[in-house]
Amino acid sequence: MTDRTRFRRVARFVSPVDRGFAAVVYGGSILFALLIVGLFVELVLGSWPSIAAFGPSFIWKSSWDPITSKFGALPMIYGTVVTSLVAIALAGFVGIMAAVFLADFAPRWLATPLSFLIELLAAVPSVVYGLWGLFVLAPFVRTAVGPALQKTLGWTPLFSGPIYGVGLLTAGIILALMIVPTVTAISRDVIAAIPRDLREASMAVGTTKWETATRVVLPAARVGIFGACVLALGRALGETIAVTMVIGNRPEISASLFAPSYTLASVIANEFTEATTSIYTSALIELGLILFVVSVVVNALARLMIWRVRGST
Amino acid sequence: MSATSAIAGTQLLATEDLSAYYGERKALGDVSIGFRRKAVTAVIGPSGCGKTTLLRCLNRIHEVAFDARVEGRVLLEGQDIYVSGVDPMSIRRRIGMVFQRPNPFPTLSILDNALACAPRGLSRQGRLDVAERALRSAALWDEVKDKLRTSPLRLSGGQQQRLCIARAVAAEPEVLLMDEPTASLDPIATAVIEELMDSLTDTFTIVAVTHNMQQAARVSDVTAFMLADEHGVGRLIEMDDTAKLFTKPSDHRTEDYITGRFG
Amino acid sequence: MTVGALRYRRLKQRRVFGSLGTALALLCSVLAAGSLLAILGYVVVQGVSAINWNFLTQLPHPIGVPGGGVGNGILGTFIIIGIATAMAVPIGLLTGIYLALFGRGPIPEALRFLSDVLSGVPSIAIGLFAYAVLVAPLKHFSALSASFAFMMLMLPLLVRTSEQAIRSVPQTVREGALALGMSNFRATVRIVLPTARPAIITALLLAIARVTGETAPLLFTAFGSQYWEANPNNPMAVLALQVFNYAISPYPDWQAQAWAGAFLLVVAVFILSLGARLMLRRAMRGLDS
Repeated sequence: MTDRTRFRRVARFVSPVDRGFAAVVYGGSILFALLIVGLFVELVLGSWPSIAAFGPSFIWKSSWDPITSKFGALPMIYGTVVTSLVAIALAGFVGIMAAVFLADFAPRWLATPLSFLIELLAAVPSVVYGLWGLFVLAPFVRTAVGPALQKTLGWTPLFSGPIYGVGLLTAGIILALMIVPTVTAISRDVIAAIPRDLREASMAVGTTKWETATRVVLPAARVGIFGACVLALGRALGETIAVTMVIGNRPEISASLFAPSYTLASVIANEFTEATTSIYTSALIELGLILFVVSVVVNALARLMIWRVRGST
Repeated sequence: MSATSAIAGTQLLATEDLSAYYGERKALGDVSIGFRRKAVTAVIGPSGCGKTTLLRCLNRIHEVAFDARVEGRVLLEGQDIYVSGVDPMSIRRRIGMVFQRPNPFPTLSILDNALACAPRGLSRQGRLDVAERALRSAALWDEVKDKLRTSPLRLSGGQQQRLCIARAVAAEPEVLLMDEPTASLDPIATAVIEELMDSLTDTFTIVAVTHNMQQAARVSDVTAFMLADEHGVGRLIEMDDTAKLFTKPSDHRTEDYITGRFG
Repeated sequence: MTVGALRYRRLKQRRVFGSLGTALALLCSVLAAGSLLAILGYVVVQGVSAINWNFLTQLPHPIGVPGGGVGNGILGTFIIIGIATAMAVPIGLLTGIYLALFGRGPIPEALRFLSDVLSGVPSIAIGLFAYAVLVAPLKHFSALSASFAFMMLMLPLLVRTSEQAIRSVPQTVREGALALGMSNFRATVRIVLPTARPAIITALLLAIARVTGETAPLLFTAFGSQYWEANPNNPMAVLALQVFNYAISPYPDWQAQAWAGAFLLVVAVFILSLGARLMLRRAMRGLDS
């Protein structure tokens, strides 16, 4: 006479008190799941009129005209992509260099305060970045950085045209500042996790410390570092307020980095409360949906890469 | 010595063909054992012989581990505690447990620890009485009566373990399971607790797992010897009155273990 | 292990190159850290001068009238974050308890995946969700919809940390509680959760710090107000929103107030972050004892 009893969960809920407890716990978790699924569903529902009206051409149409109700997302996608690329180019280089320094070169007394300061950058509110960008960085770009770039590289379309101060470049720089802590912190952890043996083996062969760090350790850490950059990119894509304050808010596609532009996030921020027609609102929500999907995909990719290197998040 | 309902009169707690698994790994195989009322039964054996697993099956704590599984029966007053519909909580109130390393609740005071599962609905004085009785029976009252509201983490290891014993006693169980209760304690604390076990049998049936043969010989009335078979499954080899088991064991494996030939 | 072709035969050249590289890396670190100091410094310098009792307690003045303050924005910030916390903590904690108790399996993994998804959603998209759920159907802006958006922003951190905090309570403590015959409910609520409390509070402080500076969702949920407002059903002023509106306005007086408001935000966020760090250190110490 044997009974088979198999316990797959860590908890058993038999008594009435426990049943009630289990019900409340399940309820909270179900609510949590519903909220997130609901988020996606509402975005789709809200964009439906726009999706139905414009179809897939929404993505490559470049007119954004509320008056004739003709909406195309291309200028916003362009602005988002360009600012994010500028941001990740700057933040990637500076961030990885800083991570190398903090992980392998800096003495304790220097590494700790520097790391602390860089991580604190992530705590600064977006609107404060925007404020600083608008009143300090934009004039600086207009009076100093812009002319300097134009003088040296003005022959390329990237640095041609009038310099307003606000525009793609300034937005890219502000974004870079906002995402550099992400790149630095994660890259530093990934680099530090590379086993000592690798470094020692390299040094034993006669390489300098710098060569070891850049030619041996960095390539070994490249998946995780790439993941850090992708994660940072994901953050840059969704950044709204700071960008809206320094990008000029013009739905135009221009080759020059000095030109004002628009991003998916900033157009929603700028125009949502003034959207008069329902198709206008729906088009803006569709931009939000695009932003949602892109951010989620990028974020998931990044976590996959980082998780694979670190073993757990 | 197998337990059937006929012997339930002398045995409060017994198992019948009890096997236990962690996932696919069988840790305990077909153990049938009975524990004498108001006596100390020691369970001895080398590491990995399944004695702790056996203990944890007796109060249904084994199933708290992920993917744990039990086959067979455990009979408390003749009733199988693993029948579906039985609330493990009610079993554990009747069969208490003291763990190998003292585990006082860190966010509760000494007093609240002792009263953690005491009977409810008592007046303030009633609760103090219950706590005092429990702490006295654990030989701890005199040492903590002036600091009942302080944190138990400031007590020594031996004192913390006695607090855990007091806590288990205050819940008024019928059986007390002890999993190597003195393993992490110094000799003096060990001696105190061994003395305790003797006085506790006035009220409780005790089953104590121990690594220490001398302790088993000192403290218990009945001793059970367990060993892992060639597949790593823990099995009961022999059980007898302590005096007899240690002087004239029936199984040569018991004799080998007791004389120190292995383990 | 290949080191790659080393093109410089002479060790001295490689050494110099290495030193230059190290200097570059140092420069980058200092650049990143220094930017923070530059921004903070500017905010402090520009903002602190406009901070006075009036600024903290008065209502905004109409355009063109100098003076006034952000009193209603400060109040609104407290109210909205308070309501958001009241909503986020139960849901986040319960989900964390579920994940800690039911650790493995497809449903817990799905929940964790959803939590990760939510943590990557831009705040403006969450604002759109709050708008669709609480503003459009009711046909008016409200502080409640802003709290709803903030709740969504706080949830992933709370869920992840509650699960980790509960998991890190030693198994013996939980088993000890269960072995006494405690119901799962009592064991979790009276024993496990209090032990995990410091870590959970740390996460809460960090979550609050995160939403204190959040502006994007407010644009079409709380919307802002010129008056004192305590009713969550109405539009409400929020400090971060006021800073934004003042910053992009063409009036120097308002721009100065934007700096002052930014200063307040930075101070608030830093106090919360520091508080969280201290709490974390206490939590770590608690586990060691």
